Amino acid sequence: MKIAVCVKCVPDSSVHTRIDPETKRLDRSGEAALNPFDVNAVEEALRLRETAGEAEVVVISLGPERALEPMRKALAMGADRLVLVADDAAAGSDLVATSRILAAALERESPDLVLFGQQASDSDGAVLQAAVADRLQRPLISQVAELTHEDGKVRGKRQTEYGYDVIEAPLPAALAVSDAINEPRYPSLKGIMGAKSKPQETLSLGDLGVAANEAGEAGSRTSVLALGEPPARGDTVKIEDDGSAPQKILEFLLEKKAL
Amino acid sequence: MKPADFPAPFDWREFVAAPSDPEDERIEVGVLIVGGGPAGLACAIRLGQLLEDAPELAARLGDVPVAVLEKGKQPGSHLLSGAVVNPRSLRTLFKGRVRTSEMPFYGRVEHESVYFLTRRRAHRIPAPPTMRNHGNLVASLSQLGRWLAEQAEAGGATILPETAAAKLLVSDARVRGVRTGDKGRGRNGEELANFEPGSDVLARVTVLAEGTQGHLTGVALDRFGLHGESPQVWALGVKEVWRVQKPLDRVIHTLGWPLRAGAKYREFGGSFVYPMGDDLVTLGMVVGLDYRDIELSVHDLLQELKTHPLLRKLLEGGERVAWGAKTIPEGGFLSLPRRLHAPGLMICGDGGGLVNVPALKGIHYAVESGRLAAEAAFAALQPGETPWRPGALARYDESLRESFVWEDLRRVRNMRPAFGLGLVLGGALAGAMTATRGAFPPGSSSLEPDADHELISAGGAASYPAADGELTFDKLSSVFLSGNKTRDDAPNHIRVRTDVPPELARLWEHMCPAQVYEAIEGGVEVTASNCVQCGAITAKGGRLTPPEGGSGPEYTLT
Amino acid sequence: MKTLVFLEHHEGALQKDSLGVLSKAASLGGEVEAVVLGQGVEELAAGAGKFGAKRVHVMDDVLLAAPLPQPRVDALETLVGEGGFDIVLFAASVLSADVAAGLAARLDAGLNYDLTDLVVEDGQLVGKRPALGDSVYVDAGWTSEPRLALVRSGTFEPAESGGNAEVVTFESRLQDFSLAATMVEQAHEEAEGPSIEDADVIVAGGRGLGGPEGFAQVEELAKALGGAVAATRAVVDAGWYPYSAQVGQTGKTVSPKLYVAVGISGAIQHKVGMQSSALIIAINKDPNAPIFEYADLGVVGDLNEIVPKLTELVRQRKAA
Repeated sequence: MKIAVCVKCVPDSSVHTRIDPETKRLDRSGEAALNPFDVNAVEEALRLRETAGEAEVVVISLGPERALEPMRKALAMGADRLVLVADDAAAGSDLVATSRILAAALERESPDLVLFGQQASDSDGAVLQAAVADRLQRPLISQVAELTHEDGKVRGKRQTEYGYDVIEAPLPAALAVSDAINEPRYPSLKGIMGAKSKPQETLSLGDLGVAANEAGEAGSRTSVLALGEPPARGDTVKIEDDGSAPQKILEFLLEKKAL
Repeated sequence: MKPADFPAPFDWREFVAAPSDPEDERIEVGVLIVGGGPAGLACAIRLGQLLEDAPELAARLGDVPVAVLEKGKQPGSHLLSGAVVNPRSLRTLFKGRVRTSEMPFYGRVEHESVYFLTRRRAHRIPAPPTMRNHGNLVASLSQLGRWLAEQAEAGGATILPETAAAKLLVSDARVRGVRTGDKGRGRNGEELANFEPGSDVLARVTVLAEGTQGHLTGVALDRFGLHGESPQVWALGVKEVWRVQKPLDRVIHTLGWPLRAGAKYREFGGSFVYPMGDDLVTLGMVVGLDYRDIELSVHDLLQELKTHPLLRKLLEGGERVAWGAKTIPEGGFLSLPRRLHAPGLMICGDGGGLVNVPALKGIHYAVESGRLAAEAAFAALQPGETPWRPGALARYDESLRESFVWEDLRRVRNMRPAFGLGLVLGGALAGAMTATRGAFPPGSSSLEPDADHELISAGGAASYPAADGELTFDKLSSVFLSGNKTRDDAPNHIRVRTDVPPELARLWEHMCPAQVYEAIEGGVEVTASNCVQCGAITAKGGRLTPPEGGSGPEYTLT
Repeated sequence: MKTLVFLEHHEGALQKDSLGVLSKAASLGGEVEAVVLGQGVEELAAGAGKFGAKRVHVMDDVLLAAPLPQPRVDALETLVGEGGFDIVLFAASVLSADVAAGLAARLDAGLNYDLTDLVVEDGQLVGKRPALGDSVYVDAGWTSEPRLALVRSGTFEPAESGGNAEVVTFESRLQDFSLAATMVEQAHEEAEGPSIEDADVIVAGGRGLGGPEGFAQVEELAKALGGAVAATRAVVDAGWYPYSAQVGQTGKTVSPKLYVAVGISGAIQHKVGMQSSALIIAINKDPNAPIFEYADLGVVGDLNEIVPKLTELVRQRKAA
């Protein structure tokens, strides 16, 4: 069985991120780390491999060359190899362009299962998996908090606004896992040291048959028009309790239609 | 009452062990370097250069000839300094390979000023000869560390971040390597679902380059009886980096306010303000930890400093972009270990105390000591020699004593103790020492441990400004800015007695720049996850040990 | 502008957020229509007229009974193609995120998500959204039609503008791969209360509660308001409340409509976990607590006096 995990390198959340006012894109020159939700996906892939007895776990990403370093964490955890699509023409790709590129990379691998982390910490979309699944024409289960795999089928339990669903899909399939699904392992020292010698492939758009105008801003269908200050929260209304505070709070809630 | 009355529940023996992993699980490397800072990385870089021309030796050292363990997220995450760097050691290290102009420096020091501050005024005073920085280069040590790590890797070193060195592996009276720290333990030490035990990392030569308050360095000094004539003493530095509207054209040092000059306070220190390019400025407050006032808080003194007209003007319209804290060994020559090597072991950099306090310089000594350690290791690994034979690494100590490092430190050896006599008298004595190049006074003064000074309640906190969120900041938002997001349920890595009298609890509460300690009924409460691993607690009655690898601050600009 | 709004439904009622988006679309002008997909939903669909839909498209099919996204992508592809819509709007949910993204790939159409406002500028639709933990606001645009948008849950309130909708049924082929995922089990969580990530209302307790017993009143208030209980790192560290309720830098990040902070000082480590709450009320006896700098309503007083009385008033109000 082959399991592909799509990962993204995001600016490390502890280092201050900013949007470059000139390109209007996220300033990615800061330190990069593996998107924390994707680490859950890598962990889940490794667990599936453990229960299945054997499987190849390949980690795939679209990003700059710098992304190789954080991606090696996945190899250190136990993934077998990594594939990075690094091409200047891909910078600034939106959902449409990114999903197109990743789908091409995934088709090249033909994995039985594609795993995603539920969302990226830098863009909060939770949308990539559905776009890629559609391009690959595979069934999708998202937000998976519990996963089982048996007889060529996967079964995922996930939370929705109303409770939980259990959804089943035959392989080949695509899944997005939530951070509730597992506690990722720490790479062992041996794992970290062994990561460098595992196969690491860097591909260009051309290697995938994706034209330059199908990627980057040219291949995107959305754009950032402007950046601005968030709307001010408004001044704090501060009151001292003289016994009437509960009533005043209630009135405030009613006025703001929060009740 | 003094902090030493309540010693930390720490015994170095707990951190020395024989290798215990089964043969097939242990990790073997050629030379193991603990600490990815300037000393450790200089050692790794020099070894890479030497091994380039000695392929047979490199082959004999195995798959990983040189390994560097770094407890931070990546090299640089735990590095913090001013810094104005004397480039001579880096030039020597990179001779013929990399020019200084290619290294990540922010510019050469052209002008410098020293001020004596009062609450409202700044009196320019001539720069003491020990503090002449012309020709030196401004750097962010964190950035420099990241760059040095890249060089080390390019030279063949394997850098292992997020890996703490928890125990010194010793058997047959020689150092065999280190045991790395466990990961995935809970608050009470229990094994969590993703528990990963540490590993024995064995090496032919182990180099400890852990920086100030080095954990295994302290253990090694005890284990091998290496302590020098005087105990080590430390200062605590708290610094910030600001984006500013107008560039600063000079390097500034200040003395005086907001520190108090009277001898009874023992408030020895000052501040620095350095330009980092055209749009950044770094400023910090450094105070000796032998101070006595319970209420002294170096973080708050830094906030107070910023309210001085000289600094307020500089920072006007600017934005704080970084914050951090770290101790600096201040004992100098007198506190150096009597030897910096033992069978299979060498000690470099700040961990060994190689800091010139009056000149505020340590980075170039760290680099030089790392380079010399590499050469000694290389010699000791040659055919016909065994690195753990007692004396095999003696050449490290010899070369260090013949180097400018030793000469510099010896010359200024009595300055720090002089300042224990107060600013004015100390200043006069320091002047005399400089004029005579260390010949006066003859012999050597001595130092008492920081924790041995009687505490007093001298109301230092009365003048600290409230945090306004624009110029002045509280500790918690500063810890946040350092990038610290240590796991809350990690075991407490700070060894300290919690049933202490209120004066001591309050001392720690004010002392700690990260708000780890809180005076409560019956003692002190420790919120270890705030810790930025500065090391101040070790000077004042407790003992810092390394937490889980990868925890702590994620400095990038400090 | 011809806009199509995807309306979700649950247990026989149209979902509130979807209706909110529909109301907003109606206020922006142009032709506004809606779509309802499922089984036995024709009657339901007519209700959309009140909220501004001129026409509601319905596909009623047993294959659409389960709330699974991929068959809906097929249906919408057909509808958008036939109807010539240039804008398709979704209120974000677990289901609609997958539908909108799948549709974006299918139609090669731009999707802007997590929008907190929609406006028309120079005759074009522009989306507004926060980015980088709410520190920056972005004007998001599209470079082609149709324009797909996911609106952050709870952004728009449903507003009745009167009117009736014409209900039109349509059919679409559903692809094999779209039907490959099947719903095995669906369960509804009973009123244990929402999890803090989904809750619209959160009442959070901090050190000011004085001890674990202090959480009893927090729980009562949460119950009265129909919300969940959260806690700060300090009290979780002290063992007063479980880690699963922790909000903050090292806990969960939440953005409910209402966040009531009881006895919480509001240091930045906590703030970053809840700062995008729509409304923040803070009760603390320390007038200098940092939380008062960013709360919408700050109450300086004794929480032990205020919270029980507030709970009682809320209960009375709700009963009335």
